[in-house]
Amino acid sequence: MKILVCITNVPDTTAKISFTDNDTKLNKNGVQFIIGPYDDYALARGVEIKEQNGGSLTVLHVGEADAEPQIRKALAIGADDAIRVNADPQDSYFVAAQIAHIASQNSYDLILMGRESIDYNSGVVHGLVGEMLGIPSYSPVMKLDLEGNNATITREIDGGKEVLKAHLPLVLGCQEPIAEWKIPNMRGIMTARTKPLNVVEPVSVDDMTVPQTYKLPAPKGACKMIPASEAETLIKLLQTEAKVL
Amino acid sequence: MSILIYVELDNGSIKKTSLEAVAYGAKVASQTGGQAVVLALGKADNAELEKAGQYGAVKVLHAADAKLDHENSLAYADALVQAATQEGSKIIILSKSGLGDAMAARAAAKLKAGIVSGVTALPETDGGFKVTRAIFTGKAFATTEIKSDIKVLVIRKNAIEIDEAALSSANATVEAFQPALRESDFTASVVSVDKADSELSLAEAGIIVSGGRGMKGPEHWQPLIDLARALGAATGCSKPVSDLDWRPHHEHIGQTGIKVAPNLYIACGISGAIQHLAGVNGSKCIVVINKDPEAPFFKAADYGIVGDVFEILPKLTEAAKSLK
Ligand SMILES: Cc1cc2nc3c(=O)[nH]c(=O)nc-3n(C[C@H](O)[C@H](O)[C@H](O)COP(=O)(O)OP(=O)(O)OC[C@H]3O[C@@H](n4cnc5c(N)ncnc54)[C@H](O)[C@@H]3O)c2cc1C
Repeated sequence: MKILVCITNVPDTTAKISFTDNDTKLNKNGVQFIIGPYDDYALARGVEIKEQNGGSLTVLHVGEADAEPQIRKALAIGADDAIRVNADPQDSYFVAAQIAHIASQNSYDLILMGRESIDYNSGVVHGLVGEMLGIPSYSPVMKLDLEGNNATITREIDGGKEVLKAHLPLVLGCQEPIAEWKIPNMRGIMTARTKPLNVVEPVSVDDMTVPQTYKLPAPKGACKMIPASEAETLIKLLQTEAKVL
Repeated sequence: MSILIYVELDNGSIKKTSLEAVAYGAKVASQTGGQAVVLALGKADNAELEKAGQYGAVKVLHAADAKLDHENSLAYADALVQAATQEGSKIIILSKSGLGDAMAARAAAKLKAGIVSGVTALPETDGGFKVTRAIFTGKAFATTEIKSDIKVLVIRKNAIEIDEAALSSANATVEAFQPALRESDFTASVVSVDKADSELSLAEAGIIVSGGRGMKGPEHWQPLIDLARALGAATGCSKPVSDLDWRPHHEHIGQTGIKVAPNLYIACGISGAIQHLAGVNGSKCIVVINKDPEAPFFKAADYGIVGDVFEILPKLTEAAKSLK
């Protein structure tokens, strides 16, 4: 079993977002970066599958060198080696093209990643990679069981879930409760230091989309408080003032 | 030139978010001097599909092959590409959902098209093609120029305001469409589908009543459900609530759950952690009921009541019932 887990390097969920350089760049000052929470689920399930079935797990990140602490963390959690495609990606298409290029040279059985990155929230990289490789892609996957080359997948659909049986190789976008997030232990942290982290240059891809500017939402107005003793008056206000009923 | 809009069907009806996509596509068509063509896959009546005309579509391509009755993003993306090629469409529009993103991604890779997901407003089309989308789970917005010849847009709920009173009475013509289906798109088998049919879906809902750990346990959910019924609302919950199995996972709202954008979001006993807020910041109006006046959720709310949910919910339900 050869597994590839793709991870993003994103601001922590509690980070305060702001922009610099005339609103053309994210202000990274004081922002804590983490492995994307959905990618963390993918990684945890990947590690479990490797432990049960044997094989290898490679972690892949398309991005700059400042992501290396997060890549080392993934190695400490249980990946065997890592690849960083050295680029500052502009869009999902670029990232997917890099992943597909690496994958086309390595014939992975399973390519796992989060259902979406929590910075740009597009949720399209797994689909793009699947199509670029000509293999099926499914998302969001909540449960994954393997028997040889057959996968049983539980996927969330609008208002419920669907169980599918599919054949490897597959590209899957993962979410909870596929596995519990793993915290690296001391031994993992020690061995991660010497595991290979290969840096490769990107393949060239046409500019599909180019980000221009960023902005923050307009600040929220004050909250109108209603005394608990007059709670029922809220409904009238929602109808006549807020006009949402 | 035509704009191609894919509409999702739910039991043969076009989903509300997809009708928004049609209206959005029709506006883009008038901006760029083209016409709006709709693609529908799977079982649906002509009368239902013609309705796309009221939202500005000229024509609906309908592939009624029974193999397409069950949602299959691989085959659907193939059909979308074939429809785009047949119609010469340079702009393809879908509404944001798991299916919408999956189809859009696979179609974009096939067509070598730039793809932007999470679009919140109509594009700017003079001097390049620029769209604005929500990023950082609604904490910010990005304006992006799409450079490629073919463009794929996945739009968020409320990306366009629809005035139901001002809909046209025009019907779209429905045309049979027969995409070539590839065996390789049907290699997976569906073992089971478990869908709460009777419930309103969160993604589509105009009103959501949502509960957090302050609801104390699954056995105390009835007052919340009663209010939801009285308002015709869907029910949602915070992450710990679905983690504890008090409510099903598909109700989990937030950064790691579903992102919603209703007209009205009523939060009952939810503290308002930043990861929860990330899933609701697209709501038009937020009501917070919490016994703790310091709960962070009040900072993101339009209306707030400090008090015990179990005393307040029945009062609201009574008042909501007397509205009708
Ligand atoms: C990476 C990451 C991702 C996350 N993703 C999500 C996510 O997607 N969605 C999400 O919701 N959370 C998410 N969380 C968890 C989040 O941080 C909070 O822990 C969670 O939202 C809290 O849920 P809660 O408000 O229901 O519970 P609590 O924080 O325990 O709040 C309960 C609230 O109920 C109030 N209360 C209690 N009794 C009553 C009563 N009788 N009447 C009125 N009010 C009462 C209390 O005052 C309190 O404010 C995530 C966390 C992390 C680290």
